[in-house]
Amino acid sequence: MSDGLCETVHKPQEWRTMNVIVCVKQIPDPANPGALDASSNTLKREGKLILDESDSYGVEMALQLVDAAGGGEVSLVSMAPNSETAGLRTALAMGAAKAVLVSDPALQGSDALTTAKILAAAIQRLGGADLIIAATESSDGYTGTVPEQIAEVLGLPSVTFAKKVSIEGGILKADRQTEEGYDEVTCPLPALISVTAGVVEPRYPSFKGIMAAKSKPVDEVTAADLGVTPVGWAGAGQQISNVAQAEARAAGEVIEDDGETFGKIVTFLEGLKVI
Amino acid sequence: MGISNIWVFAQVANGAPTSGSLELVTKARTLGGSVSVWVAGDGASVAGALGEYGASKVFAVDYGQNLAGVSVASAMKATIDGGDSPDLIMFPQSYEGRDVMARLSVKLGRTVLTNNVEIEASGDSVAVTTPIFGGNTLVTTTFTGGAPYLAAFRPKSFNPEASGGAAAAVQAVSVPDLGATGTAKVTAVHVEETTGPKLDEANVVVSGGRGLGESANYAMIETLAKLLKGAPGASRAIVDAGWVPYSYQVGQTGKVVKPSVYIACGISGATQHMVGMKGSKNIIAINKDKEAPIFGIADLGIVGDVHKVLPKLIEALQSR
Repeated sequence: MSDGLCETVHKPQEWRTMNVIVCVKQIPDPANPGALDASSNTLKREGKLILDESDSYGVEMALQLVDAAGGGEVSLVSMAPNSETAGLRTALAMGAAKAVLVSDPALQGSDALTTAKILAAAIQRLGGADLIIAATESSDGYTGTVPEQIAEVLGLPSVTFAKKVSIEGGILKADRQTEEGYDEVTCPLPALISVTAGVVEPRYPSFKGIMAAKSKPVDEVTAADLGVTPVGWAGAGQQISNVAQAEARAAGEVIEDDGETFGKIVTFLEGLKVI
Repeated sequence: MGISNIWVFAQVANGAPTSGSLELVTKARTLGGSVSVWVAGDGASVAGALGEYGASKVFAVDYGQNLAGVSVASAMKATIDGGDSPDLIMFPQSYEGRDVMARLSVKLGRTVLTNNVEIEASGDSVAVTTPIFGGNTLVTTTFTGGAPYLAAFRPKSFNPEASGGAAAAVQAVSVPDLGATGTAKVTAVHVEETTGPKLDEANVVVSGGRGLGESANYAMIETLAKLLKGAPGASRAIVDAGWVPYSYQVGQTGKVVKPSVYIACGISGATQHMVGMKGSKNIIAINKDKEAPIFGIADLGIVGDVHKVLPKLIEALQSR
């Protein structure tokens, strides 16, 4: 709010259309083991990146909400190195209309707060939206605070950890996950929500969608274009001071089941005096 | 100088501070200086318990129908602006904990470090450690900006130990005008009833994964857990698939458990799951795929079909 950005988040004039912006992250394939760059201690993010699976739920929810509203469009914002668009193209193929990609070598080492400021500025570049959707946390960094930080930068109300979402008469209704169950929450738009995995069933991009995605606009900008400084290590209030290997847990006995191995489990439990 | 004033954001459940919160108060006590605890809601009912673990003061925020995160963050900001500024604020890695620290980080222009399992203070310098890559690598990060430092910790990172202190003094803090950020309102609260021991406190946890094949087979997990007086758990895959509620989930985005015995049934051992259970004292794994990563950390691994092994195991335990 201190940035004065909130004034420019536009208030929708009518509810027959709905514009949604989804924050998406392009990450290294989680199937490959992660590694740290030896010189910078940042996560290696070379090669092809893919759409974080956690974000596919937000993209799907955005598409469904726009459909339900009867008009409007889904836009994407993303921050990634090396002008990477592979993950964005997946979300565009699902049905999003356009994207802003912030790609800038100066962003390496940015902390969660800087990331939130960058994404908030990218959202402003798109003219704001009725609703901003993010995953609860990314699958590779999982800081888990960026969505709520974006809401604060933009001066918006938020419903984090939403597991069920609907919009009726311009009011968002959500079931929000809590430690002991869930809360029912209502919130006027514009607003930001973070959605849990499994909240909807993400569609697979159709062949037509994949072809169409190739020509959809991706507006590539730098941190300076967005007016956010300082960024990267210079803007981060943190410095990695040590990286160490954790004590490995040794594997025990592994046996093939021959129909009698349940007895081994019983003996093991007896040894521990659990039974 | 050094760390002389520490705040802890505590969660309250069923009228008492959660064990995760008491862990943080215990740890804060060892870092030196005074420890004040923030709670969303009533402070008087938890002042005794929090004082016993070393808190001298409880800031209680009456947030009404507002969301706790933005309310507590705004109340903290107003208190800091009023001159009571901490060196360090510790949060549990919980839903509310993350919301409070996220809102506050923007208000103060301070970085956040989350998912930590350790903290060290030396003079004015504070460093926190987080495990990455499923826990095989430990990264220690030092705060380099100005205080207050904002850090969140995974549950079971520290042992809660009472210090026998007197009840903490309670100070009510009102929520400043939240403007547009305060327009989200809680209209109903639902508490999911569970029977048997709580997942993150049980001595035995039996978890099921996608290898169970279908939702109905989860009944075997519940039966086995009951026989062992334990709690049933689940991998993220079957929670996402809707077989069991989210509260059953063990892993990075679910509960962190450290029981005496953890039995993983039809769980391959994705990093996201292992983070939540590799601190268990003893691990038993049953999985068809002998290459499954879970066997790399199991004390007893059975390469076999859960549909064949579990019924026999259940029968053997029932006949005892």
